[in-house]
Amino acid sequence: MKTHVIVFPGSNCDRDVAVAIQNIIGSSPEMVWHKDSTINQSDLIVVPGGFSYGDYLRCGAMASTSPIMKSVIENANKGVPVMGICNGFQILIESGLLQGALMRNSSLSFICRDIIIKPTNTKTIFTNKSTISKMPIAHNEGNYFANSNQIKEIEDNDQIAFQYCDENGDINAHSNPNGSINNIAGVFNKSKNVLGMMPHPERAAESIHGCDDGRNIFESLLS
Amino acid sequence: MTSSNWHFDTEKSLVESHGLKLDEFEKIVEGLGREPNLTELGIFSAMWNEHCSYKSSKYWLKKLPTSGERVIQGPGENAGVIDIDDGDVAVFKMESHNHPSFLEPYQGAATGVGGILRDVFTMGARPVANMNALRFGDPNHPKTKHLVSGVVGGIGGYGNCIGIPTVGGEVNFHPSYNGNILVNAMTVGIAKKDKIFYSAAAGIGNPVVYVGSKTGRDGIHGATMASAEFDDDSEEKKPTVQVGDPFTEKLLLEACLELMKEDAIIAIQDMGAAGLTSSSIEMASKGNVGIDINLSKVPMRAANMTAYELMLSESQERMLMVIQPKKEELARSIFKKWDLEFEVIGEVTDTKKLILHMNGEEQASIPINILVEDAPEYQRDYIVNDPSPLISFESKDFEDKDILNDLLKMISHPNLCSRKWIWEQYDHMVMADTVVRPGSDAAVVRVHGTNKGIAISTDCSPTYCRHNSYEGGKHAVVETWRNIVASGAEPIAITDCMNFGNPEKPEIMGQFVECIRGMGDACSKLNYPVISGNVSLYNETNGEGIYPTPVIGGVGLIRDLSNTMTIDLKNEGNVLYLIGESNNHLGNSHYLSIIQSREDGGTPSINLDDELKNGKFILDCISKKLLKSVHDVGEGGVLVAIAEMCISGKQGIKIDITKDFLHGFFFGEDQARYLVEVSQNKLEQLEVDASKSAVKIERIGEIGGTSISINSIGEVELSSLIDHHTKWFNEF
Repeated sequence: MKTHVIVFPGSNCDRDVAVAIQNIIGSSPEMVWHKDSTINQSDLIVVPGGFSYGDYLRCGAMASTSPIMKSVIENANKGVPVMGICNGFQILIESGLLQGALMRNSSLSFICRDIIIKPTNTKTIFTNKSTISKMPIAHNEGNYFANSNQIKEIEDNDQIAFQYCDENGDINAHSNPNGSINNIAGVFNKSKNVLGMMPHPERAAESIHGCDDGRNIFESLLS
Repeated sequence: MTSSNWHFDTEKSLVESHGLKLDEFEKIVEGLGREPNLTELGIFSAMWNEHCSYKSSKYWLKKLPTSGERVIQGPGENAGVIDIDDGDVAVFKMESHNHPSFLEPYQGAATGVGGILRDVFTMGARPVANMNALRFGDPNHPKTKHLVSGVVGGIGGYGNCIGIPTVGGEVNFHPSYNGNILVNAMTVGIAKKDKIFYSAAAGIGNPVVYVGSKTGRDGIHGATMASAEFDDDSEEKKPTVQVGDPFTEKLLLEACLELMKEDAIIAIQDMGAAGLTSSSIEMASKGNVGIDINLSKVPMRAANMTAYELMLSESQERMLMVIQPKKEELARSIFKKWDLEFEVIGEVTDTKKLILHMNGEEQASIPINILVEDAPEYQRDYIVNDPSPLISFESKDFEDKDILNDLLKMISHPNLCSRKWIWEQYDHMVMADTVVRPGSDAAVVRVHGTNKGIAISTDCSPTYCRHNSYEGGKHAVVETWRNIVASGAEPIAITDCMNFGNPEKPEIMGQFVECIRGMGDACSKLNYPVISGNVSLYNETNGEGIYPTPVIGGVGLIRDLSNTMTIDLKNEGNVLYLIGESNNHLGNSHYLSIIQSREDGGTPSINLDDELKNGKFILDCISKKLLKSVHDVGEGGVLVAIAEMCISGKQGIKIDITKDFLHGFFFGEDQARYLVEVSQNKLEQLEVDASKSAVKIERIGEIGGTSISINSIGEVELSSLIDHHTKWFNEF
């Protein structure tokens, strides 16, 4: 499998996801500098987490205009799997590949801790091996919002990827860490080849992390 | 000298406003053979203030043990370096940012993190962990909440953005910090042994290069401000606080590490306190050379900046380097790729002088040795106060006290309650190598790509230091050592951050001297040398000093991560043992302060032989796989430590103990003790080994159930413990 990880100035989970890809998918990804203009022939493009451009403007807004994003969008439109994690999710929203908005956490604080998510649609390339999974979040702006028309549309199209839930899989206010509407933790595009998610599967990818539930997302891509 | 015989052309008030004493000014005139101009006066002020010159502390710091078989670089460089096998080294240091954090908590704390990160990556190391030690005033003081929120926000804001995990630290509250909070930040980095970078300039004619952010007018005289006491008008000093830009620091980190892979850098120095002044002078001094700088070439953020402002600005995210002339274009291309400034601003000379030009005119010419070797050094007068007397407590004084109720009060107190509210605001998992997260005895991070790890702990008990500075100094060292042992690591070395009041007061100087003596004795005995550090004096407001606070940051090595230990109880049916002697020492304990609002009774004495014996026993048991969890018995004593293990592991325990003086046993703060969890099939071996090693062990009880129950006393549910433990910060 040929994989690519985009590196923006301020990306800081690029290495982490590259290690997870190497360990789980079995080959190391090509790291692509944001000023490069094309990605040819990819089986997976990852837009990693971090603070691209320091998130000094709206998160992901600057990075979404980087030269490489044109090629990411073209690849996505051709059906290449594209995955945005955390800041990468914010970038994919800003670039128009995914719907909705990510607002400041309802607590108004950065939150770093384990949460539990439940796959809402397990018939996609990213989630066919997914079950209720524990993995960390680490963000200040992960409060997903979409207006009622958009929510209806993404629900009708099975575009909700993950929802925050409790240990029993119940989706409730108590298990929602950041105020996301309908506990949404990740969404797909219409064709389900683009995934954006706030939790970090690459930080729950080996026993040393205390939990390796994040592996199932990468393993799904292999099957 | 009295003002009447002031015979210089320079205004006396100008000298005083630069924080220089009149005899220090005389020394400058003598050294230069003339009076300094304003720029030169500013440079002397920046180099000779307490923060940069260590003039009150140097004499005493030299008494600390600084060498050892794993020490590659001791104090004197940007950070210390230790060998962690396989060609790898750990690089670390702790630094204070107290004064600025009180004036502007978010930026003060953020730039404290930024500064210590630069100290570490300047040495060629990729930072892998941030730690901190924070002291705030009374929780109910009107400023405390604002300061806590700001400092926590600033530490998180900087560390999260640059993508280095903040893996732990300590936070305490005491009224002695009402007017001077402490923000001590520590960074640990990993490098290759043959790729360490130093600051000594070399090669006459080699280019001196400025990289990073532009220079603005922020932070001018920051180091001088940090070398003075506060008074009611200190708010006006806010403009001396710098503003942090973690995004630029991230770019600077990546650009420096990229350039360090090439054979281009001869010397590199972070522009920290006193900015361009201290970085250029330190590089020249260490290399025994001179440096010429053309200040017109310095990238500037503001128009019409003067030589004085350029030399004294503490704008952040800047570095000074001497590079190989042939690699200049390669270096420039790397910094341009990362959108950073790169400017050749001067050259290395053989004059042994710092010579500055701007707009074609000479602005300063100072022999380096006057600035550095001839810097004032004081052996200040000191008085050692007698330690507060020990008080012996008797069981009959406690007959009407409810142990479990007292436990709940203690674990809900700001000084002992859960710090989850804080660490959840820090990204403690980025880099995906965090093995033990905040909340255990020591944080553990994996050395990337290996199966070994680094354990890190910061600690200090200022109350102990206040009541017996010698034992308090020992305690701070030993507490980190014990935390590292409890995590399964071999303790290797420490960094220190010496936070004290005004050293011109003999009793404050006495505290400093005694803390150093205690630290030195502990470090020597434990083979645990000091490899870097920082001194912060004048932590006083309106003449009131803080408690003596020698914060220690310890680092250890876990060769095989499968030996990593945490505090959470693992399995029902296992047995909890107490290792070490208990003598009911309630003096200056958390029990007295929280339950009885008393602060007296002396500091527990530390028997270093016992520390060494018990610590070695614990490490031996861990390597034999006898233990399931380990917790150092520290603040609050045995019962608080048990509660922390239960809360962390979501396990109950049935305690079966018979003692004459239960309060003394459960809440006493005797030293050299650990709690260990052992499975049934290893009990015998543990007891045999302990007896062979002459280590005292005591069975506490069996793990299981949903409560802490104590025979003959009663029980308290885990859910209630958790509620009490998390309540205070959740309502913050």
